[in-house]
Amino acid sequence: MEHPESGAGPTPAPSHDEPPGMRRRDLLGYAASAPLISAAAGLGGLAAPSSARAAILPMTPPDTTDLIDIGDAVTVTALPTMPLVKVSNLANGRVRLELPRFESGQGIATAAAMMLADKLGLPLNAIEVGSADASPELMFNQLTGGSSSVRSLHAGMPLIGGLATGSANAVVGQRVTRLDALDIVTGRKKFTLDQAVPDAKPTMVCRPPTINGQFVRINNTTAVMGMPGVLGIAPIPATNGIVPTPPGVAVMAETFGQAWAAVNALDVTWTAGAVAGESNASIQQQLKSALLPFLLPPLGALTVEGEFEFAAVSHCPMETECAIADVRADRAEIWSGLQSPIVTQQAVAADLGLPLDKVKVHAVPSGGSFGRRLFWDATLQAVQVSKALGRPCRLMYHRTDDMRHGRVRPPMFHRARATMLLGQVISFEQRIAGVRLDTRHGFGEMLGAAAIALPNGFPQTVGNFAIEQVMFKTMVASPYNFGVTTKLLTPVAMDINTCSYRSVHIQPSRLVEEILVDEMARALRKDPVAFRLEYLRLPRARAVLKAVAEAAQWGKAMPAGFAQGVGVHQESKSFTACIVEIDARVPTDLKVTRATIAIDVGTPINPSGIEAQMQGGLCESISIVLTAGLHIQNGLPLEGSYSQYHFARMKNYPKDVKVIIMPPSSGEAIGGLGEVGLSASSGAIANAYARATGKKPRSFPLNFPVDFTPIPPGKLPTPVVVPVPA
Amino acid sequence: MPVQSFKVNGGHVDVEAPDDMALLWVLRDKLGITGPKYGCGINVCKACTCHVDGKAVTACSTRVMDVRGRQVTTIEGLANGSTLHPVQQAWMNLDVPQCGFCQPGQIMAAVDLLRRTRNPTDADIDAIENVCRCGTYGRVREAIKAAAAMMG
Repeated sequence: MEHPESGAGPTPAPSHDEPPGMRRRDLLGYAASAPLISAAAGLGGLAAPSSARAAILPMTPPDTTDLIDIGDAVTVTALPTMPLVKVSNLANGRVRLELPRFESGQGIATAAAMMLADKLGLPLNAIEVGSADASPELMFNQLTGGSSSVRSLHAGMPLIGGLATGSANAVVGQRVTRLDALDIVTGRKKFTLDQAVPDAKPTMVCRPPTINGQFVRINNTTAVMGMPGVLGIAPIPATNGIVPTPPGVAVMAETFGQAWAAVNALDVTWTAGAVAGESNASIQQQLKSALLPFLLPPLGALTVEGEFEFAAVSHCPMETECAIADVRADRAEIWSGLQSPIVTQQAVAADLGLPLDKVKVHAVPSGGSFGRRLFWDATLQAVQVSKALGRPCRLMYHRTDDMRHGRVRPPMFHRARATMLLGQVISFEQRIAGVRLDTRHGFGEMLGAAAIALPNGFPQTVGNFAIEQVMFKTMVASPYNFGVTTKLLTPVAMDINTCSYRSVHIQPSRLVEEILVDEMARALRKDPVAFRLEYLRLPRARAVLKAVAEAAQWGKAMPAGFAQGVGVHQESKSFTACIVEIDARVPTDLKVTRATIAIDVGTPINPSGIEAQMQGGLCESISIVLTAGLHIQNGLPLEGSYSQYHFARMKNYPKDVKVIIMPPSSGEAIGGLGEVGLSASSGAIANAYARATGKKPRSFPLNFPVDFTPIPPGKLPTPVVVPVPA
Repeated sequence: MPVQSFKVNGGHVDVEAPDDMALLWVLRDKLGITGPKYGCGINVCKACTCHVDGKAVTACSTRVMDVRGRQVTTIEGLANGSTLHPVQQAWMNLDVPQCGFCQPGQIMAAVDLLRRTRNPTDADIDAIENVCRCGTYGRVREAIKAAAAMMG
């Protein structure tokens, strides 16, 4: 038996009574499907394999997500109120659905219309979909997240809009154009700041030089009040609500340009934020020291392991954080992009001391979200400004503030180890430490949120910890049969503004695993695709992998500096695989040149929307694996615009992208989609990089220089003037 | 305050605004023309792309005084009544948008590219810098090529 050369640990001599090529499935014949910890507790004997060793090799027990995942949880809790979802008959036989989910580009409004059209036996163009106002009666049925929207609406459709009169699948499964496409291409789609709310005046906010520095005083109020167009200046008070109101000094003006100029003219004294002394390196050091130990000792076996750093990333939706608030003495009205409108309404009512029914909250479909709009930070500020200045407020974050003072995906540090014995993987352990994820939106209701929230001003609470752990357990899973598999998360309390980011913990966790899967295969001298096929737990995962391997011509010869890379993933009852090709000839200018993606969502609703989500996931993976990250330095991200935060542009997106939608799987539950497209493509890109360069991908993003002059802390950039072409 | 006179989408406007005010704020905050979007304010993301006399500019970085007497076209003025511009039609046919926020700018940039180059190469299309956070780039590329074919 050859001794693989790339393992970190010493390789035990093979025993003579066991053929080295013994198949794992033979071993599994002896295995017990035991709960994880008890299986692990019996593993002490593995260090000294005996003739009975096959009997103690454990089969991977069912993962939490095999039994219940976050989408199941949302579906089950949403079902009781599905009959309350509003469907009304309009003139001309048209039907309008008030969608209790938040459309931010994912295509859920179109998918919901397709399902309703089939149920009612109507053509798609007879259905229109609005965005439901905050509706507290929709208890646990108006939160958008966890790739659960179409799953839960599909399950709830029998309860929505009365009795079924149509036949199934006349519209569902057809390739259709988004319902709002015509409004978009003609400029008629109205986002939050496009809403015609009379006298709601443009407002921008002066921010501290460090994250969450607190306001002390303004030193030049009179001078700034005298600037052109300025209507008012209002320090935003720190409210004691579900989430703290972000600190700042607001300036209201006739135009956003004038508010921007006034913000830059303000001289404000601030305290240093709680993380003013922290930078990426010190944050990573704290995370690393917080990691929990592995369960298994190295066992004297062949191991593959690694430590991985993830910089914070910005959701950076095209539409920055924004809200309109009209606060009067006895009522308030809000317009904003909101994934959690009910708790937003409850929080605003509590802040203002108003009865709930005196606060109207319009959830306006937004220009992207990616998790960011689970919180209502802009609403909190617009409410305070409107109250202080006595007029409606149209508040917008500058892009620089959206990146620096908005919420981020927490920085993370991972350590993972695979242990192999006799050519078989017997354990995969992963330890993750991240800056604690703010989950104070709860499940979208005051009930949960209040339990998580208090006391204000503390970056971590027992409730917040519990919710983050529940999310981790109900989302992060492994598609592989790697024996003793443990994944443990340690949130580290730090006063950085965080928020769930598309796929939350999944993308970094699965990216690490996919990288180590390639390294395991290399250690065992196996082909990465063949190795995965051997260890994937479920047939649908193997099927998507086979589909991409064939379509992408896996294993074809590539010139020096180029390589293919592969990743496989399961999430939200969906399965996906991806093979990319990378051009790594210039290590500082990595180019993904081709991608082949297969996706199995159980029952496809709209193939165009499914492809769009996978294409978008690919684009996001290219960005956050290769180039997009935040350098937190002295308590503030350096990045302040898209010229500095390197999200992919047209030239970075491959010209050859193929998405294979697997045929409907009979009897399979409908799968989620919105977040599913990240992990396989991320793994494929990192693995292609490793194969092309011979370097182990360990720190993300891979190319991460400070290649720009940062905007001064506490300031917005100076406006740019470009000459008009003749 | 000076009065700025120019045409927007075929109609004449006289609007009070300082000379150096960015066209984006004049359009959005004073005239209520909301198709051009704010995404960065510093000529980086290009979500506010409009045309001045048919050529692309970023409204966030264009002074209103520099468009006096000229013809400004926003996404709202691109179609001919209810007949979509071929680029808009290609966008519909290929179901390009996701959230839609960057798309007015993408479309205006594409129309400008096709004005300059009837059959743009991939390299020409790669030079478009408009950010799309949803990742519609592949469809934008296809739609530009489809529009080029439609426009002959």
